Amino acid sequence: MIWFVAGMLITVLSGVPGLLADRSGRGGERLACLLVLAGTASAGAGVLAVLASGTPALLAGPWAVPGGELALRLDPLAAVFLLPLCLVVGGGAVYGLGYWPQRAHSGNGRRFRFFYGLLAASMMLVLAADNSLLFLFAWEVMAVAAFFLVTTEQEKAEARRAGFIYLVSAHAGALALFALFALLARQTGTLHFPAAASLAGGGATLLFLLGLFGFGFKAGLMPLHIWLPIAHAAAPSHASALLSGIVLKTGIYGLLRLTSFFTEIPPWWGWSVLALGAVSGILGVALALAQHDLKRLLAYHSVENIGIIAMGIGLALLGRSYGSPALTLLGLAGALLHVINHGLFKSLLFFSAGAVVHATGSREIDHYGGLLRRQPWTAACFLGGAVAICGLPPFNGFVSEWLIYLAAFDTMRGSTLTLRLAVLAAPALALIGGLALACFVKVFGVAFLGEPRSAAAAAVDHDAAPSMRGPMLALLLACAWIGLLPGMLAPLLQEAAGVWAPLPRVTGLAAPLAPLPLVGAVGWVLLLYLAALGWWLHRRSRNAPRDVPTWGCGYAAPTPRMQYTASSFADFLVGQFRVGLWTERHGGRVTGLFPAPRAFSSHTPDAVLDRALLPGFRTLARSCSWLRARVQNGRVPTYLLYVAMTLLVLLVVAAR
Amino acid sequence: MELFARAALHLTLLLVFAPLLSGVIARTKALFAGRTGAPLLQPYFDLARLLRKESVFSRTTTWVFLAGPVAGVAVPVLAALLMPFGALPAPFAFTGDLLLFVYLFGVARFFTVAAALDTGSSFEGMGGAREVTFACLAEPTVLFCLIVLARIADSLSLSALLGPHLAAAWRTPAGLSLGLVVVCLLVVLLVENSRIPFDDPNTHLELTMVHEVMVLDHSGPPFALVLYGAALKLMVLGAPIVRLLLPVATGHWAGDALLFLAGMLLLAVLIGIVESVIARLRLVRIPQVLIGTTLLSGFALVLVLR
Repeated sequence: MIWFVAGMLITVLSGVPGLLADRSGRGGERLACLLVLAGTASAGAGVLAVLASGTPALLAGPWAVPGGELALRLDPLAAVFLLPLCLVVGGGAVYGLGYWPQRAHSGNGRRFRFFYGLLAASMMLVLAADNSLLFLFAWEVMAVAAFFLVTTEQEKAEARRAGFIYLVSAHAGALALFALFALLARQTGTLHFPAAASLAGGGATLLFLLGLFGFGFKAGLMPLHIWLPIAHAAAPSHASALLSGIVLKTGIYGLLRLTSFFTEIPPWWGWSVLALGAVSGILGVALALAQHDLKRLLAYHSVENIGIIAMGIGLALLGRSYGSPALTLLGLAGALLHVINHGLFKSLLFFSAGAVVHATGSREIDHYGGLLRRQPWTAACFLGGAVAICGLPPFNGFVSEWLIYLAAFDTMRGSTLTLRLAVLAAPALALIGGLALACFVKVFGVAFLGEPRSAAAAAVDHDAAPSMRGPMLALLLACAWIGLLPGMLAPLLQEAAGVWAPLPRVTGLAAPLAPLPLVGAVGWVLLLYLAALGWWLHRRSRNAPRDVPTWGCGYAAPTPRMQYTASSFADFLVGQFRVGLWTERHGGRVTGLFPAPRAFSSHTPDAVLDRALLPGFRTLARSCSWLRARVQNGRVPTYLLYVAMTLLVLLVVAAR
Repeated sequence: MELFARAALHLTLLLVFAPLLSGVIARTKALFAGRTGAPLLQPYFDLARLLRKESVFSRTTTWVFLAGPVAGVAVPVLAALLMPFGALPAPFAFTGDLLLFVYLFGVARFFTVAAALDTGSSFEGMGGAREVTFACLAEPTVLFCLIVLARIADSLSLSALLGPHLAAAWRTPAGLSLGLVVVCLLVVLLVENSRIPFDDPNTHLELTMVHEVMVLDHSGPPFALVLYGAALKLMVLGAPIVRLLLPVATGHWAGDALLFLAGMLLLAVLIGIVESVIARLRLVRIPQVLIGTTLLSGFALVLVLR
């Protein structure tokens, strides 16, 4: 525990020396990076030591705030969230040396690093807090630090808008959490977190709804995801990686911690989480498919993956309601493993996307093309991340989705027809998987393959700097490691699930998680096959002529602009989701025999924020100002009438 | 040792006889059209010819262009180890292998489409877009079918799903669901293997192609791998249908293998007949058919879930 606390303190202070350092010198950023690395390494070592000891580590100290207590608790459930945090935060700090160097960003680099350390440390505190006040304190610090990361480039209107919407949603969610913990404290009589499975389920409906709202806002569950796409797009890439890979997961953590307090879980909790997860998953990936801004697209994939995690949690909750330990274990193990996996591959994707944005200066996918030749390392890392996020073997995404599938299939053994209906989660997952594949093959193909589509893409002359490449390769290795040796994580998942729900030892390692090593084995065989065939084909075609144009079906002068664009690739599929996406199309209709040049553009705004909330609030504001104009119309007789009316009402009230 | 023997038998059946199916389909179609048709072994001759040839690579392409054909062959070979061939159980079986089976084909699709996009040709991009669209719509159907089979078998392993209990299951009320599953799997087989009415492997206009247009630029050995991979995929995806329709065992491995091969040949004839008597669907109709198939498989699920 002492290592963990030390790591947290080092991390929070990592950006401070830099504040005093020279504005354009390199010393400050190197020192900050070193401190973050030391801090995350120390915290990670602390977490591993706690895991190795087998018992949760506790720490309690006095705090001057009434009701507050500096209570920390490290258990396997928190460890599942803390381990990827340490890796991604450390990797992001190294990545920042190449991506956001002080020389190029002398205006905001120091501030960025200060809030980066603050965000990382506050998340560690959120995940370790064992007291409601401490939790909320850390939660607020996290929200504010993340706000400053999103608005790093505050001179841009886009970043300011993103930061504003983020701040509003973060506080709307926090408000619900204040109410939640106040109610919880009234029920238990203390602000200390109750022990797992210590509260009776009765009267918990309001608690659950408040938690679902508050934590769902942070996690980005549809329709509470409104802040997510713009914030991820506006922040620098390593901040996006942290936001998407780790910050969202604190919402998931909160939801899990909250539900672990109760002994009985009403079935509708599981059903609502499962349904919200399925909606987030399908709509998230469909919206992602329709985007052509690389980082916005990745952000929508976070909504999708949070949906997949929520589906796992929903199935686990159902398992507890209906008394099926195997279902609980499989669902929760899948959700937790997906938490780790998403943290890894989404950070990897944001890092590689950052390298591309850094080199081309654009976030539009249709401005890239042919980058694989110019950035082979970045392309390979992005490809690995893409295969992982599509849930394809032999990478890690498959393993967690596989566990959630098994949970869905397991509901079929349920005693009631209601529970058996939960098997419908499996086809929903399959649809999500298919759409994710379509989306990532689109991104990879359009951005990295083919011919450059813009002058900027053709002019790219450098791959990611070694300081950016290192963290990317480390994350890629971590993804492959979990995919190829998934059995190594089984004990951790088993213990974390045991913290969340009292699972009988009967469903120990033997039954549900046992085939994990076999999944890894198939991954090895696949790699072996691919390597052998690839090597043969490569040798066989060594001497083949490579200087001919692509077959253009007889057309003699094709240009790179004739390539299939990201929008056209997705159009057929997006068309199937016409209802729900409502893509806006402008122009493109060709008329007459000899048509003049025409322009076409399509754009898919967010289904909730741009379609419902903003117009709704605008209408509300307009009607309020209309009402105000009626009430305050500037005529003296009306005001006299108000005075008279008020007197009259007061008289009536007083008379009663 | 027995594991290796079974794996060897499985792979021999797959690797040797897969191209024959394409020959049988082509021959059936020729007979329906009143032609003599190419010899049954023509696919083997084609493969041998292509392997001897030199390839030509567009200057736009990179190593991803080769990853497509490689994954296209590696995946069916691996997936075959999880799939029982008739009464011959799969060499490699564990709980949950059915999902691995489904997702392995996702790997092949990912790299095939990526290889198509690698050429930078808009035609190949178009083919890729169609391929992923159809696959997305077919994926839930596959899962529905697998759930039905898993429910009937009360297991999550392909070998158990397609086990000897099927013969008895046909005579129970679940038989109706099995019938629907066969129909749905047949549709998925036709979509996944780019067959009429969803795609025409022999079409001559790039604009109307789906799968063929994705591999326009492949030539020589890579193209041989593409063709071979397609044949392997047809055999691996056809195996569950054959097993569902012929759930019998002879008791000897050689008899089982022969029975399976006979079933596969009959399936090839069936595909040939379907291709001869049905016109190709318009592109915009295909998603509707696929969604209809999903509903059909959902109905099959409802029947067994109650």
